[in-house]
Amino acid sequence: MSKHHVTTVINGEPVEFLCEAQQTLLDVLRDELNLTGSKEGCGSGDCGACSVIADGKVVCSCLMLGVEAEGKSITTVEGVAQGDKLHPVQQKFLEHAALQCGFCTPGFIVAAKALLDENKNPTEEETRYWLAGNLCRCTGYDKIVRAVLDAAAVMRGENPRSPAA
Amino acid sequence: MSYLDKATLKVVGTRPIRPDGVDKVTGRANFGADMVMPGMLWGRIKRSPHAHARIVSINFDKALALPGVKAVIAGGDFPEVTPDRAHVGAAPANLRDLSRNVIARGKALYEGHAVAAVAATSQAIAEQALDLIEVEYQVLPHVMDVEAAMADGAPILHDDMFTAGVEPKPTKPSNVSKVVRFAKGDVEAGFAEADIVIERRYTTQPVHQGYIEPHACVVSVGADGQTTIWSSSQGQFMVRAYTSRIVGADIANIRAIPAEIGGGFGGKTIVYLEPLAYMLSKKSGRPVKMVMSREEVFRATGPAPGAIVEVKLGAKKDGHITAAQSILKYQAGAFQGSPVQQGCICGLAVYDFPNALTVGYDVLSNRPKTAAYRAPGAPIGSYGVESCIDELAEALGIEPLKLREINGAKDGTKATHGVTWNNIGYQKTLEAARASEHLKAPLGPNQGRGIASGYWHNAGGESSAAVHVNEDGTVTVTEGHPDIGGSRASMAMMVAEVLGVPFENVRPVVGDTTSIGFSASTGGSRVTFAGGMAVTQAAQKVVEVLKQRAAVIWDISPEAVEWRDGKAYPAGANAGSFEPLDLATIGNRSARTGGPISAEVQINAQGQGPGFATHICDVEVDRETGHVKILRYTAIQDVGRAIHPSYVEGQMQGGVTQGIGWALSEEYIYDKNGCLENPGFLDYRIPVASDLPMIDTIMIEVPNPRHPFGARGVGEVPLVPPMAAVANAIFNATGMRLRDLPMSPPKLRAAFDAAALPRAAE
Repeated sequence: MSKHHVTTVINGEPVEFLCEAQQTLLDVLRDELNLTGSKEGCGSGDCGACSVIADGKVVCSCLMLGVEAEGKSITTVEGVAQGDKLHPVQQKFLEHAALQCGFCTPGFIVAAKALLDENKNPTEEETRYWLAGNLCRCTGYDKIVRAVLDAAAVMRGENPRSPAA
Repeated sequence: MSYLDKATLKVVGTRPIRPDGVDKVTGRANFGADMVMPGMLWGRIKRSPHAHARIVSINFDKALALPGVKAVIAGGDFPEVTPDRAHVGAAPANLRDLSRNVIARGKALYEGHAVAAVAATSQAIAEQALDLIEVEYQVLPHVMDVEAAMADGAPILHDDMFTAGVEPKPTKPSNVSKVVRFAKGDVEAGFAEADIVIERRYTTQPVHQGYIEPHACVVSVGADGQTTIWSSSQGQFMVRAYTSRIVGADIANIRAIPAEIGGGFGGKTIVYLEPLAYMLSKKSGRPVKMVMSREEVFRATGPAPGAIVEVKLGAKKDGHITAAQSILKYQAGAFQGSPVQQGCICGLAVYDFPNALTVGYDVLSNRPKTAAYRAPGAPIGSYGVESCIDELAEALGIEPLKLREINGAKDGTKATHGVTWNNIGYQKTLEAARASEHLKAPLGPNQGRGIASGYWHNAGGESSAAVHVNEDGTVTVTEGHPDIGGSRASMAMMVAEVLGVPFENVRPVVGDTTSIGFSASTGGSRVTFAGGMAVTQAAQKVVEVLKQRAAVIWDISPEAVEWRDGKAYPAGANAGSFEPLDLATIGNRSARTGGPISAEVQINAQGQGPGFATHICDVEVDRETGHVKILRYTAIQDVGRAIHPSYVEGQMQGGVTQGIGWALSEEYIYDKNGCLENPGFLDYRIPVASDLPMIDTIMIEVPNPRHPFGARGVGEVPLVPPMAAVANAIFNATGMRLRDLPMSPPKLRAAFDAAALPRAAE
């Protein structure tokens, strides 16, 4: 089995890697590039824990082959914060306690960032449907949705709501 | 010093950001599958394709010939766990059965049962090697349904199983491992004096805990047996103990490190992979990593049982219930130990029944061995009883909430299982429901409202904790409980409160089995209670040490020192006039005043307070599609004291959501061969964000005086009421009573169609 050489951009950095044809982008991120922030929850594109942004679109990295990253620009959860400056979505997740075990959180952070990159003022319903591809078993989604809506307000320059119920 | 008065608290009850939060929102936190060890091999499991089969032979020749394969194992590589060694410490698991579940001996007892395993230099080679392992099976008849498994002539899973709790002792083997029974008063007399008696039968399907993180571990066994286990679990001490017993190693030779855990809900209170990875590592001489696929998680772990619950209630016209009877038959899966006893107890616990009888059957069948799932047994038992209470209310013409107000448990009520309630919050949950905005909100067409209550006893048990004052005055608290839902923040908050320092100065650590004393698992809603008790006691001991050190510095008696707001003060003018000493000052001089400043505490916590809840659910039913939409949900629960309110709300919202999934869409679907048809999240449908509204929570604080801060366990009660709350709401919306879970669209459509059919002559 000879490997394929792939050239891509991940979190703003040029990256090259070797992978086998059948390795998914998730396999490559986790096992070849040591970017273990993206998680495997199902391997079949149903849970969203592996969400990354590829050329501006949220995708399940378990449904993308490693070789398909050629020439693309990929953002993983590791690329959402800027150094030690958290993205508003990340900060609001913390303030609203929008995570319990934290396993689904990377996928939600990436998906929520992609939502707010595209829609600066989503409604609760739009937010819920956008995030319907990310499964969470711990939170019941309530605090996640509040955190995303609050982050949107911050990004619009408005006064954020208080996290206390 | 009493911390029960909320008004005096400065940290407990606030909502700081959890200390492990930044790692989790940036992807830095390390879960079970995130570990890599040098020289690591990948392990994979060969699983039975048959629901019930004798394993005639296993041939590894072809697999071993594949380059890259370094070790293979089967059941014969593991020691026999004799009945006298089936239990370790106070842990509940039967390790003889667990060992035979982890890898089959002689018989495969369910589709997916592990039969062999292989370790190879890459995942791809390990996968290939599985196909090269040749297993010869003799397929046996299988049985899946509870009542079919109980019937005469059913295929028997274990020839050495004779039903316990039955007199005279049976001589023929059975799939019923035990019958349990609790009684109060005289039910026959109670039913005789009732004005109305109703009898109903409810059925449920197995559901999985549904944690998003599949099981994963890396195990490294040295040539001398010194072992490191990295795994995500609900208890690193459990991992250590269970692995040691299953592989035949000394406990002291195993260091179990708790990875961050991506959900458990009870399903990770036992082991599946660690003993297999241990044996593969021992044989190959290299670390072995094993990660389950989602399909394996469904085929071979958990679930919560499917069940049949038959409930009979008798009442006077005025609503007083004179007798209650419940018969519960729970699937245990391939080995004994469904939580049927808890189902019996908890279903009835919410009420003051003058006469009651509950009987439970633990029934084996060719399904994966059931595992704990959030208040194990209680959600099913309460689904039956709370639905039947609703049906009784309908029959009597009494409002469902009123029926509970008339019959609900109070302080002094004696429950069917013999406990007398003291200091419980159930009545307050009913009062809060009565007073709620939700109850008054108007409903539109095809909309309905349902109410249900629930109970869980919560647990205490063994916990250890250590509090250290560092040389710069910051504090480290080490505890032994994997943090599933934010508990380490609460530990740090309680320590900060006792020491009188800001939360940010206290750093909690979940230690591995070599870093802290024995701690029982994260489960039973016990961590904030028992772990919290341990960290509080350790912090209190540190305060005594700090006072002694101040006394040394000031050269006065320790009795003349008091501790207040994070500083040592002279106690009164007679003690002398000294500047207060803070933690940084005392910490910096620790070597000169006596040595490191530290305390470690080991306890077996008693006095856990039970939890009660009442839930209100509004639904809208689409008569054309049978789809049920949750419009509004309010969960009311007595939580004792909410140490960190956001995480208590989170437990309530999460449990409610699991209950909604159990009610409406989650189920295992098996084909006629006993093979699972929906082992994935596409067809095993758990609730998603677009299914739900915001979930409102009302936390009632009836402090538990046996805990320094008044805490009660909160995590499990929220899963107990939702199924009946949803079912009762569907009845209120449509007039149709569904008694079979899940209440999925095809079932509602069938009920609508049946209702529309003209009645046959009666």
